[in-house]
Amino acid sequence: MASGRPVRWHIAVFLAPAVAVYTALMIIPLFGTLAQSLFNVDGTGQRVFVGLQNFARLFGEALWSRQFWNALGNNAWFFVIHMLVQNPVGVALAALLSSPKLRMAAFYRTAIFIPTILSFVIVGFVWKLILNPNWGIAKGLMGLVGLDGFFVPWLGKEDYALTTLALVSVWQFVGIPMMLIYAALLSIPDEVLEAAEMDGISGWSQFWKIKLPLILPSIGIISILTFVGNFNAFDLIYVTQGALAGPDFSTDILGTFLYRTFFGFQLQLGDPYMGSAIAGAMFGIILIGVSAYLFGIQTRLRRYQF
Amino acid sequence: MTKTFRMALLTSTLLAGPALAETTLTIESWRNDDLTIWQDVLIPAFNAQHPDIKVVFAPSAPTEYNASLNSKLEAGSAGDLITCRPFDASLELYNKGFLADLSGLASMANFSPVAKSAWQTDDGSATFCVPMASVIHGFIYNKDAFDALGIAVPTTNEEFYAALDKIKADGTYIPMAMGTNDQWEAATMGYQNIGPTYWKGEEGRLALIKGEQKLTDEPWVAPYRELAKWKDYLGDGFEAQTYPDSQNMFTLGRAAIYPAGSWEISGFNTQAEFKMGAFPPPVAAAGDTCYISDHNDIAIGLNAKSPNAEAGKVFLEWVGSPEFATLYANALPGFFSLNSTPVKMEDPLAQEFVSWREKCKSTIRSTYQILSRGTPNLENETWNASANVIKGTETPEDAAKRLQDGLASWYEPQK
Repeated sequence: MASGRPVRWHIAVFLAPAVAVYTALMIIPLFGTLAQSLFNVDGTGQRVFVGLQNFARLFGEALWSRQFWNALGNNAWFFVIHMLVQNPVGVALAALLSSPKLRMAAFYRTAIFIPTILSFVIVGFVWKLILNPNWGIAKGLMGLVGLDGFFVPWLGKEDYALTTLALVSVWQFVGIPMMLIYAALLSIPDEVLEAAEMDGISGWSQFWKIKLPLILPSIGIISILTFVGNFNAFDLIYVTQGALAGPDFSTDILGTFLYRTFFGFQLQLGDPYMGSAIAGAMFGIILIGVSAYLFGIQTRLRRYQF
Repeated sequence: MTKTFRMALLTSTLLAGPALAETTLTIESWRNDDLTIWQDVLIPAFNAQHPDIKVVFAPSAPTEYNASLNSKLEAGSAGDLITCRPFDASLELYNKGFLADLSGLASMANFSPVAKSAWQTDDGSATFCVPMASVIHGFIYNKDAFDALGIAVPTTNEEFYAALDKIKADGTYIPMAMGTNDQWEAATMGYQNIGPTYWKGEEGRLALIKGEQKLTDEPWVAPYRELAKWKDYLGDGFEAQTYPDSQNMFTLGRAAIYPAGSWEISGFNTQAEFKMGAFPPPVAAAGDTCYISDHNDIAIGLNAKSPNAEAGKVFLEWVGSPEFATLYANALPGFFSLNSTPVKMEDPLAQEFVSWREKCKSTIRSTYQILSRGTPNLENETWNASANVIKGTETPEDAAKRLQDGLASWYEPQK
């Protein structure tokens, strides 16, 4: 003991590969981007340090801030739809699937999960065809039940386009909350449920009073995954509406705004410095959201050990 | 071990042999539709004269071309020959030193100053791409539909709307195939198509650049007023109709008129099973001068850092030759040669389009030169404004004012 504790090299050795890969692929680019947002080019094309000037422009100049707030607002709505539709539906599906009386549960589980593994490009393309006013099947299907009068070219109307795309995204990803909740429901020990039944709690009240509190931590994790996923979203909007996020920027979210600014679009040349500033703002928004959840909600959730 | 090593050495020598004897040139392009034409027609024709230079045509998707080319150039991994977008996108590449100055090429003498204007510095001192082709805007129509309904080809605005009304009243055809989902159709095939007639082509375009006219002036608002009228003649759900939808709608014979760019010709020829014709943008009164958008669209330049610059120049000299012009214009009807030597084209629809150069005055798209250099970008704003005006969500006056305010916010002569 006199020589002190031996240095535990194996910890560093085993951590090294993950740390090295994560640093090279995530940490360095992240800080590189954040650093780049503090630079811009001067009149002669030289890269100069401008401090927070890019952010001042982003939030101060009407031209930039209008687009930024529009994108942020749309992004928030995109997230709200996911929280209101995707997660409750995911929980409901999981509850149904975990019911022992349901036949062909494995089939439903797979069928509902499949869209999640499809590429955005396929999902976007397929839904664009389904909803197409000229040859899409949506109009015909609605006609079968006498609802064709309610058909609207949803993706082309400012009022509906974003909600439609959010629902398409929900359709694609509803399998993820379903699977996570399903796993959480299966992990509830039978003794707990049997004890509840002994006390006369069954059916719906059993779900609300016993199961839901037990899966609440999983719902929390799903919410935060949804939050991060939604505020980083880009692909679906880009595939269906293009980088200009039409109609009239009504589907423009932070991801498309970033892409347009960073890489440029058609005649607009890319501006990596303003693009980095937007990326920095996105990082900040996600950081604040995740921190609020971790410190505000996660620590207060009660956990049950079985 | 030694044996394997020796074999490896031997193999590498064998492989390196032919590579040393000939140079390989790689062409960067956004025209992935043209891959077969380059492989089957253009490159073999070039190799007939220069068998020692191997050429590889390596296109990427049109919407990703600018971004990916910029990254490749910055990383030093771009091909030897670069297909040039017109105006500022390429000028920026030249200013950054990515494109070589080609003013010294002998074949540059084959092009008029207007043809070269899209790929020159503002003062015209250096030309950095060899012009290949321009595209012309107009309207393509279904001849069978026009004959069946007894409609004559419209030349004036009044006749144009009369024709549209007649098609609409008949109900067999959707009068006009266009959607606003992709936005650029509304701006490019709408605003830039009919606009030059109102702003008198080059006269208005140059006045706008000099700051003598504003986008809120009548010649620039009037085309929006016309676009606002188009709404009633488009198909149901045109708000969500995409560019490929419009193309299919027309080639399947469901729509009678298609606001077009001449690049559609080869595609339409293979798709459509009816006779087609074309007419230029209608004029206000019979006998007025007509104006067409004859837009410099595509050129090809040399990567300044290419190790094969000499072979590249040989290839570019050939691209500037009348031989290439004839091959290209006929392989791709609708992409009209910018070469001063007249090119004989076989395609009747392409001939119709190009014949307007004789009777109408030509101009290029108003937003391309200089005016889309700042933020907000006038071209992108025009897409958005044109789509809004057609849908009726923004009035022509409001749209024009918004564009003018945006332009004036960064463009000195317009302040």
